[in-house]
Amino acid sequence: MDLRFTPEELAFREEVRTFIRENLPADTRDRMKLGHPPRKEDTIRWQRILNAKGWAALSWPKEWGGPGWTAIQKMIFLEENLMAPAPELLSFNITMLGPVLIQFGTEEQKKRCLPRAANLDDWWCQGFSEPGAGSDLASLKTAAKRDGDDYVVNGQKIWTSTAHNADWCFLLVRTDPNARKRQEGISFILVDMKTPGITVRPIISIDGSHHLNEVFFDDVRVPVSMRIYEENKGWDVAKYLLGNERTGIARLGKSRERVNAAVSMAKEVNFGGKPLIEDQIFRQRVAQLQVDMKALEITQYRVVSAFDKAKGAGKPDPLSSVLKVKGTELLQATTELAVDVSGPMATPIWAQELAEMNEPDDLMEAGSAGTGSYLMLRAASIYGGTNEIQKNILTKAVLGL
Amino acid sequence: MDFDPSDDQRLLVESVSRMLGDTYSFAQRKGYMALPEGYSPAVWAQFAEQGLLGLPFAEEYGAFGGTAQEVMLVMQAFGRVLVLEPYFPTVVLCGTALNVAGSAAQKTALIPAIAEGHLKMAFAHSERQARYDLSDVVTTAKQTASGWVLDGSKTVVSHGEAADKIIVSARTSGDRYEEDGLSLFIVDAHASGVAMRGYVSRDDTRAADISLSNVTDAELLGEVGGGLAIIQRVVEAGIAASAGETVGAMEAMNEMTLEYSKTRVQFGNPIGTYQVVQHRMADMFMMQEQGRSMAMLATMSIDNPDAASRAHDIALAKVGIGQAGRYVSQSAVQMHGGIGMTEEYAVGHYFRRCMVIERLFGDPAYYLNKLAAEVE
Repeated sequence: MDLRFTPEELAFREEVRTFIRENLPADTRDRMKLGHPPRKEDTIRWQRILNAKGWAALSWPKEWGGPGWTAIQKMIFLEENLMAPAPELLSFNITMLGPVLIQFGTEEQKKRCLPRAANLDDWWCQGFSEPGAGSDLASLKTAAKRDGDDYVVNGQKIWTSTAHNADWCFLLVRTDPNARKRQEGISFILVDMKTPGITVRPIISIDGSHHLNEVFFDDVRVPVSMRIYEENKGWDVAKYLLGNERTGIARLGKSRERVNAAVSMAKEVNFGGKPLIEDQIFRQRVAQLQVDMKALEITQYRVVSAFDKAKGAGKPDPLSSVLKVKGTELLQATTELAVDVSGPMATPIWAQELAEMNEPDDLMEAGSAGTGSYLMLRAASIYGGTNEIQKNILTKAVLGL
Repeated sequence: MDFDPSDDQRLLVESVSRMLGDTYSFAQRKGYMALPEGYSPAVWAQFAEQGLLGLPFAEEYGAFGGTAQEVMLVMQAFGRVLVLEPYFPTVVLCGTALNVAGSAAQKTALIPAIAEGHLKMAFAHSERQARYDLSDVVTTAKQTASGWVLDGSKTVVSHGEAADKIIVSARTSGDRYEEDGLSLFIVDAHASGVAMRGYVSRDDTRAADISLSNVTDAELLGEVGGGLAIIQRVVEAGIAASAGETVGAMEAMNEMTLEYSKTRVQFGNPIGTYQVVQHRMADMFMMQEQGRSMAMLATMSIDNPDAASRAHDIALAKVGIGQAGRYVSQSAVQMHGGIGMTEEYAVGHYFRRCMVIERLFGDPAYYLNKLAAEVE
């Protein structure tokens, strides 16, 4: 047992911090510092910078462009990147599709998709949830019927994040409607979003942003060669994807960044004739969040270091459900803190009119953007397996009930 | 970073657990509580045989040569069965004081005796008026021609009556809260002028209030006026070790609760089949693991030479482990229902031990306040 960072790990943190400071484009940094989400072009540009450095394909083997880091190094990188704050690597490409292709893909599929995914030449999205298949994913109905060398896909997906940005989609479809168990008739296929018959319809979420979509498939032809793994074995692929190493699922760096933002704003805003930072209740709230963030940080390092030891071969660690639940609770608590600090400035929507009407007003802009973050992250306890589902997982895996 | 115990550490835990398996059933523990000492001298002798009493001391004193990590692991095993013996005051608290501040002569005289099981010690620092303020000491030590003379009183001294020697904090200069005027002394527990009033604490262990009246044979430990820094080290080591104990207690409560949920049938099914019970137990597990992380944080912090960052991490850990212990013990009683309220059932004893540890050297509110003061 050695609970400290090694000198190499500390040096690595410094290297990452320096690289991000020197290479993150200033306009991206400035927007994100105010609490805005990255734009599509911010995400693409930053991922290409990281990929050129060899730092994009985090958990991939070296032969496919991975950096060859330990899980602890990956963790350090992810936290530093979030705290910068810099755009996150596109998780659909890097933590979802990449490892799946590496595990299940043919050589041809890997060659075709992996380098472009690493460099964000293709933006991927995930076609899993359906109107009738949310937490109960295996009840999905979107059908793929064999017709010669193609599947013909008909059905609907929903909550498809960034589908409107996407070039490709990895999709769960039902290839055997008569399978004995629902899980046994599902396949995992890759679909070019430009294929005729695909309609993407936006869903505007409560923060006013366009992040989510409905995606309709109307006689969409997908070559059988774009299926990953065996027909009707797609559930195994999906389980691998969902249960895959959950490094970074807690997004702790984001919580830290939000607390830092709240504390600096608290120095600027007035509370009973004094800066809010001097209020004891505010300070206690920050202190409590620091306690919870610290506990999660250590738990996270326990999970990733166990993952390193198992060389990734182990079963999914049930502690990763702890990371999901506690991490998202913190994301919600920290964005809530930030929105409370901004007070009345939390209410205006930062739109063109406001930007033009006012002199540059960083405080107002940060207040408004912070509210967006607060609203959007209500989703954190819903996506990636709701926190209630995570407790079901813990019930089975840890309690054996 | 490496969170797994080494092979040696694993062996240590196995052998301690095996011994406790033989000696520390809940029924056996009740027997020890009823002894005049309030614990088992026979078990204490077994601790000595296994080398546990010499755990954190250097090998040159015939001891084990372990680190805070081994102490944490052993305390975790102790927490699982609610050990009653005066291990914490003797080995953890006074042991740390000796390690940090003892002269070579003091170490040679005391450490082997502790390790062999011949010497038990108590750490008498807290005073009635001080609550959790470490520098609030009014007990005095005056230098006379024949040596130091102590006067004052100490409260809730863990295992005071069991001790052969006591480490006492006293003011050698300055007023009530002054940080520089504190010094530590080693006092014979049976010296003239030392009077004890013993009682049972809520956690079934014994404690004592001690009054010191013209106590003359006090031996200085560390430097005159340098007491507070030593006390802080002792308190930090105590927080780390008792955090480990809380982890063990939480594990035991969660196991008990799970077992109970499988056997207790209501509305025709074991209550563990109901999702509302399952999710509460999932929450208890999560708190246990977050608490374990905090015990690790405390343990890895206590050797950090930077005093400010050490104190900061200890404060974080103390709040986190205290809140975890409180949540798990309250939930464990709730999940057990009526039986959890009874003295004859174990879970309430774990509840009370966690409650006592939570306010040892300061409660979560106290440390949260310290952390809040640092926000910038």
